[in-house]
This record gives sequence, structure tokens and C-alpha cells, in this order.
Amino acid sequence: MESALDTALFYLFAVVAMAAAVNVLLQRRVFYSALSLIVCLTSVAGVYMLLQSPFIATVQVIVYAGAIMVLFLFVIMLLDPFSAEAARDKRRYLNYVAVLLGLAILIFLYPLLNAYELAHVPRLLDSAAGGVGSVRRLAAVLFDEYLLPFELTSVLILVAIVGAVVLARRQAKA
Amino acid sequence: MGLHHYLILSALLFAVGAAGVIVKKNIIAIFLCIELMLNAANLSFVAFSRYLDQVHGQIFVFFVMVVAAAEAAVGLAITITLYRNRRTLNVDDADLMKW
Repeated sequence: MESALDTALFYLFAVVAMAAAVNVLLQRRVFYSALSLIVCLTSVAGVYMLLQSPFIATVQVIVYAGAIMVLFLFVIMLLDPFSAEAARDKRRYLNYVAVLLGLAILIFLYPLLNAYELAHVPRLLDSAAGGVGSVRRLAAVLFDEYLLPFELTSVLILVAIVGAVVLARRQAKA
Repeated sequence: MGLHHYLILSALLFAVGAAGVIVKKNIIAIFLCIELMLNAANLSFVAFSRYLDQVHGQIFVFFVMVVAAAEAAVGLAITITLYRNRRTLNVDDADLMKW
């Protein structure tokens, strides 16, 4: 598992995550902070993959970077829509740089996608090695040892839903 | 790649989140920084889970994510209520319960 690629990827994800995290603080407009946090959460999902935890990485992207952050963006757009206004940038050359970078990624990805074959994809999810992160092992422990806490979280979420609806509902004019 | 690499990254992310909670004035920005701190803690859990070869750390991350989702839903509902009553997102303007 130890390889130069692992190390390189770790530093890549770590630098991106840290830069995005610092950017969350530096942005004046909260909308951009939220977008930056999404970048940070996605990079941390990459680190989870390096830690051989594909399930947690997937949940991180779908639930955290997906659902929770969309909720945040909804509320930001509801309460503070002007924070999403584009910062005017007069530097035209940035457009050309963006196009060039996009083309470079396309050229870089094309041979990879062309060589993609499903049969060659490593079956991480139920690898015979039974790594710590394998979904099967995770589920076995979750639904055996942690069954009661798992059921309790459903009650917690129900309470949260009811609480959110009650709090955010407009007061009836009485 | 030793365990300490991941722990240092986690600590740095947590520190940035904590700094944000202290520095930021916008209540939604503070929320985002809290999410950042939760995320840093999750990273530690997963790193320990990997290096101690125990699956329990990942179960904890699972529960932290559930609680974070619930917390975000309720917290944002409170934010909406605050904005409706006070017309502000600045935490310094919501000091009614301040000692």
C-alpha cells in the first residue's frame, strides 16, 4: 500500500483541503465560503480513499459535500442572496488560462478514460483482503454491536426534522 | 505515510475551523467553520481506524455525520428564525441572552 503515488496524492489532497479551509475564513461573502468548504470536504473524501475507507469517502461526498452543503447554500440564498454576486474580475487573461487548463485536463483524461475497463477496476468494496474500510465489515459491526445507537439516530433525525419544520415555519397570524 | 501525517492535517483543519468560529461574525460562516471542525475530527477517527485496524472509528464517523446533518437542519432553521425576527445574520446583534 505504501507507494510514492499514495504520498503524492496525500500531499495533493492535504494542500487542497488546507487551502480551501483557509479560503473559507478569508472570503468576505459567505456564499464563497460555502463553495470553498465543499472543495475542502471533497478533498478530505480523497484522503479517506487513501485511508482505504471507500464507504466513508462516498458518504462524505454524497451526504456532507452533497446534502448538507446544499442545505447551507439554500439558506444562504434565502437570507443573503447578494453574497453570491460575482466578484468582478477585469483580468481577461484568466479566461484564456481557464480554457487552456480545461483543454489540458481533457487531453490528460482522454487516454485514461479510453483505457477504462470495468473488469480491471479493483473491487475495493468487498475486497477479499477484508480491509478495515470494507463495507461488509463495517455493516457487520454497525448492525450488530451498534444496532441500538443506529436505531436511536433515526429518532434523532426525526426530532431534527420536526424541530426544523417548527422553527422555520412562519408564525400563523392570529 | 505515517499516522502522524493524517493527524497533523486533522489538527490543522481543526485549528482553522476553531479560528473561524472565533473570528467570523456571520452566523452561517460560523456554522461552516463548525462543520470544518467536525470534519477534522472525522479525519482523525478514520486515520486511527485505519492504523489500529479497528472498524469502530468509521462507525463513529458515520454517527458524527448523522449528528452533523441533524445539527445543520436545526441550526439553519434557527438562523432563519433569527433573521426573520432581527433582520440580521450578525451574531453580535443577537445578544439578548448574553451575560
